[in-house]
Amino acid sequence: MADEIVELNDGTDDLLIVGIQRRGVQLAARIVSMIAEREHVTVPQGALDITLYRDDLQTVGPRPVVGPTDIPWDIDGKHVVIVDDVLYTGRTVRAALDELADFGRPKRIALAVLIDRGGRELPIHADVVGKTLDVAPGGRIDVMVTELDGRDAVVQIRPEAGT
Amino acid sequence: MTGPLGKDLLGLEPLTGEQIALILDTAEPFKEISERAIKKVPTLRGATIVNLFFEASTRTRVSFEFAEKRLSADTVNVAASGSSVSKGETLVDTARNLEAMRIDMVVIRHGASGAAQFLADRIESNVINAGDGTHEHPTQGLLDLLTLRDHFKKLEGLKVCICGDVLHSRVARSNIWGLTKMGAQVAVCGPRSLLPNAIDEMGVTIFDHIEDAIGWADALNILRLQLERMTAGYIPSLREYNRVFGVSRERLERAGRDILILHPGPMNRGVEIDSDVADGPFSVILNQVTNGVAVRMAVLYLLSGGRPELAEAAKHGGGR
Repeated sequence: MADEIVELNDGTDDLLIVGIQRRGVQLAARIVSMIAEREHVTVPQGALDITLYRDDLQTVGPRPVVGPTDIPWDIDGKHVVIVDDVLYTGRTVRAALDELADFGRPKRIALAVLIDRGGRELPIHADVVGKTLDVAPGGRIDVMVTELDGRDAVVQIRPEAGT
Repeated sequence: MTGPLGKDLLGLEPLTGEQIALILDTAEPFKEISERAIKKVPTLRGATIVNLFFEASTRTRVSFEFAEKRLSADTVNVAASGSSVSKGETLVDTARNLEAMRIDMVVIRHGASGAAQFLADRIESNVINAGDGTHEHPTQGLLDLLTLRDHFKKLEGLKVCICGDVLHSRVARSNIWGLTKMGAQVAVCGPRSLLPNAIDEMGVTIFDHIEDAIGWADALNILRLQLERMTAGYIPSLREYNRVFGVSRERLERAGRDILILHPGPMNRGVEIDSDVADGPFSVILNQVTNGVAVRMAVLYLLSGGRPELAEAAKHGGGR
């Protein structure tokens, strides 16, 4: 994925990797370190929490926990790559695009996800995909990362298996 | 209509330590929004908030208004003078009329203790107490807690002394409730005439001498001496008050260690606090003001919206 991102951008110039809270942030950090290994360039990295931009805030029950947003770089004219763990309805990405627009006007925004599980509700697609899985609407995909969950794993929970 | 804090924020006394910690934790990410070029998130888009201020206020009113606007709410300010209140309309009639215009939240500042509770019991909208009489000023208490936590990284075990006119201070009461619930040790220091009779029942230590308070405390929260107290006979003179209870650089230096200085404002320089203390290296008085906006954004966020009956329906459309 790191290679594809660099390829997509024609190099690492003006590249900025932004992870979506929470798992996307760890994945973004790994992509940044892989690019550093291969290209010997440390690409700037940011974090985005899209909770305050959700389109269902007026309806969800208890208020979701808000995590930190950290975009310490000027994003005007940059090539921003949004990184998230799972792409499903596309609503998170819609919120992330809106939030990025409040920080500036990037030259281009691309999307990289570890898992594309289908089920889009908005006209959004990923530019870089780790793996495509066909998951039924009731099913769940959990991406685990060592930093938060103690191990790296992608777990598919089928609807009939409960939870 | 009830979120993690319930319908209203009337004081810190009814909250649990967990609820207070939730507000402080939620305030953290909101700090960043005020540092952006575009200081606005769409979270409360479409919500209407009325700021009902029956008492003079600059800091609190402006802070609430910024918090509301940075969350994209629509706001209206009503002051007692120039409104129907000056024609003798009762509090509840004013609020009911506002509510008939389909508002979502009311922020109220009122001279009578219990005014916020009175209103909350009678209207559907969320009510936030922005100071009621000598009862509570919860968002001030919360921003004081946040400022202390920013500096010391914890509240548990912290020694905080509240200095001055504790008797008339809603800020003192909210501080005492909030700090004790978070595990801090609280003391008060001031002339006995300005300390409430049953203050020791709130679990606080009493210092009669400011030197003793300075010797004990990690932080001082210095209250404004309301000048009208002098004519009411609580203290002999402002000069004497400054000499006996004023926080000066000399007194702080004698402690031989750093003591954090808080003040809810507006300050009477040269009375309860000397200028070189207010502007000194250990003063976090302006950090308090900055934190005020973040804390109020957190409170508005946590109280707003969240209709559980729609939560189920939202789950199906609210995925990634």
